Amino acid sequence: MTDIVAFQERLEAAGYIAEQSLAATLLLFAGLKRPLLVEGDAGVGKTEIAKALSNVFDCPLIRLQCYEGLDANSAVYEWNYQHQLLAIKIQETEGRTAEDKERHIFSERYLLKRPLLQAITMPESPVLLVDEIDRADEEFEAYLLEVLSDFQISIPELGTIKARSIPYVVLTSNATRELSDALRRRCLYHYVDYPSLDKELRIINRYLPQIGQELAGQVVQFMHSLRELDLRKRPGISETLDWVAALMRLNVKQLDRDAALIAQTLVCLLKTKEDRDAVTREVVQRLVANAV
Amino acid sequence: MNTLRAKNFAESPGGAGEELLVARIAGFVRLVHEHGFQVGVREEIDALKVARHCTVLDQQRLRWGLRSLLCGNVDEWQRFDQLFDAYWLSADRQTRVEYSPRAKLDQREPPVRPGHSGVVTEADRPQTGDAGDAGTSGARGGASRQEVMTGTDFRFLSDARQMREMERLVERLARRMRRRLLRRQRLARQGRRVHLRRTIRNSLRYGGTPLELIFKRRRRQLPRLILLLDVSRSMSLYSYLFLRFARGLLGAFRDSQAFIYHTRLVPVTEVLRERDIDKVKEKLAVISLGWSGGTRIGESIQRFNEQYARKILGSRSIVVMVSDGYDTGQPELLAEQLERIQRCARKIVWLNPLLGRDDYQPLAGGMQAALPFIDVFASAHSLVSLAALESQLAYL
Repeated sequence: MTDIVAFQERLEAAGYIAEQSLAATLLLFAGLKRPLLVEGDAGVGKTEIAKALSNVFDCPLIRLQCYEGLDANSAVYEWNYQHQLLAIKIQETEGRTAEDKERHIFSERYLLKRPLLQAITMPESPVLLVDEIDRADEEFEAYLLEVLSDFQISIPELGTIKARSIPYVVLTSNATRELSDALRRRCLYHYVDYPSLDKELRIINRYLPQIGQELAGQVVQFMHSLRELDLRKRPGISETLDWVAALMRLNVKQLDRDAALIAQTLVCLLKTKEDRDAVTREVVQRLVANAV
Repeated sequence: MNTLRAKNFAESPGGAGEELLVARIAGFVRLVHEHGFQVGVREEIDALKVARHCTVLDQQRLRWGLRSLLCGNVDEWQRFDQLFDAYWLSADRQTRVEYSPRAKLDQREPPVRPGHSGVVTEADRPQTGDAGDAGTSGARGGASRQEVMTGTDFRFLSDARQMREMERLVERLARRMRRRLLRRQRLARQGRRVHLRRTIRNSLRYGGTPLELIFKRRRRQLPRLILLLDVSRSMSLYSYLFLRFARGLLGAFRDSQAFIYHTRLVPVTEVLRERDIDKVKEKLAVISLGWSGGTRIGESIQRFNEQYARKILGSRSIVVMVSDGYDTGQPELLAEQLERIQRCARKIVWLNPLLGRDDYQPLAGGMQAALPFIDVFASAHSLVSLAALESQLAYL
């Protein structure tokens, strides 16, 4: 158990407050070197895990943001056409053979490395963050799966490039689409829930240490009861931090002092019209009364 | 799997403790597999690594480690602790028996009473979690049962287990549709090609050397589905299944929307997106509370046109109406409103589960009024007929 606690402390030093269970998973992840799939609602700190890990392992973070239509060219590699063409022009007057020229323009010098290729050609293991994998298409998911199991990429003109080091792969998903079973099976899995009272309090104190303990406690209570309402988009930790920053800016020391002011700051938390309508002034008052 | 387990025994450093550990881990992996977790030999080997890593005494750590290793989705994540406790914490290993056969749970459930109305009663039915991804007895049993069920009219499903199996299949079918549609389009695309004309045009700037290559690429376009589901009493045999189908479609087709109507129209997109199927049922039950009898298709669609159509209808939209066409409102109104939809949307598909019956003629007033505006009129009473929809969606 001691190594888990130690790892937890290292994460905290890197700016990430993790539960013991998450620390245990991450420790296992580092040991087994299998990719880690992190799921959870938006704003619970999935992406931050990868950043903290790169800090803890003291290695670079390579990020691949997924989107619909992401293809191998923007994720793996591309030839630098312009440079190749210029090189051909320059070589025109030199007396080299055609084969020689070809070998030259298809050398690594003209290869643009995109995140996946970059990640496996690093001398030391980097953290590779594949963000929002559910937004990419199925074909890309299948391709990624292949790269993650073989850790090699073949480029027709250059041959197969084998990994120099195996990266720590963290995938995140918001579950906008069902991921394939094959991908799920390849990965370790961790579900990140909304933070507990205690954890959220620690996070607030970590990022905004100037906050008074009274306000911090009230905010955390308020957020918890707010998340229990039936909202379209439940506010995550980043929203909490935004809100606290706004409150501090407005010199609010206690939530129950100025109801109108609090109502105005709710733009930090409620991001759809339906949610704004659902959280009426009475609801806010009730939540504040609960929190104080 | 058995031979491999034997090999593990042989390779292990020996000692009774080690053998016991291997057996216990293997047993646990088998247990979660029986409960529908997607685990195989690889996980079993890794599970052993985890166990060796953290000494069995360290129970909390073993739990966290195995949970990350063996779970693959939220559903499994939530069920894991219970399985873990049952297997590792009970002194008596016999408790396992109580847990494993899922079928026993099913027998305790009352059968679906026929002739039940709508969403409300469906939601009341006790559920032992989503039968969803778990599958009762692994892949072997499932395939044959599925075969039998593909052609069955949904109304002939008698007991709760069949019903849940069908719900699962229907949702899965919807999700698969997207995959196949994409594949079809990819074949049509024939890879990336250089757009010669634009490339040469651009090369003028560089004295005739084509420095900037312009590619042509067919933009991938999936239809946006707008589902309007009739949940009135006459549709009660089918409505819950269609809601599950809608849930699958919403998961697979981005920016699709679903509405249910009866005497009023209510958007249910967000409700259906909810991950937990039991919560979906609760919310649907709340929505449909206090609805009176009768079906007002025309008025419901009017409301759709007035309130939502402008925002969500477009050239990519396919409007899918699911109804038997029994309308207590004015047929003229329905015709008028459908015409309005036709003008804005790409296609109107009308699914009428009654069409699957041999003796059915679309004579109901509403149905008669609607026919001229419908591009695709199809039955949707069985899995086969739902699957046939795919080709209709492929050609926008």
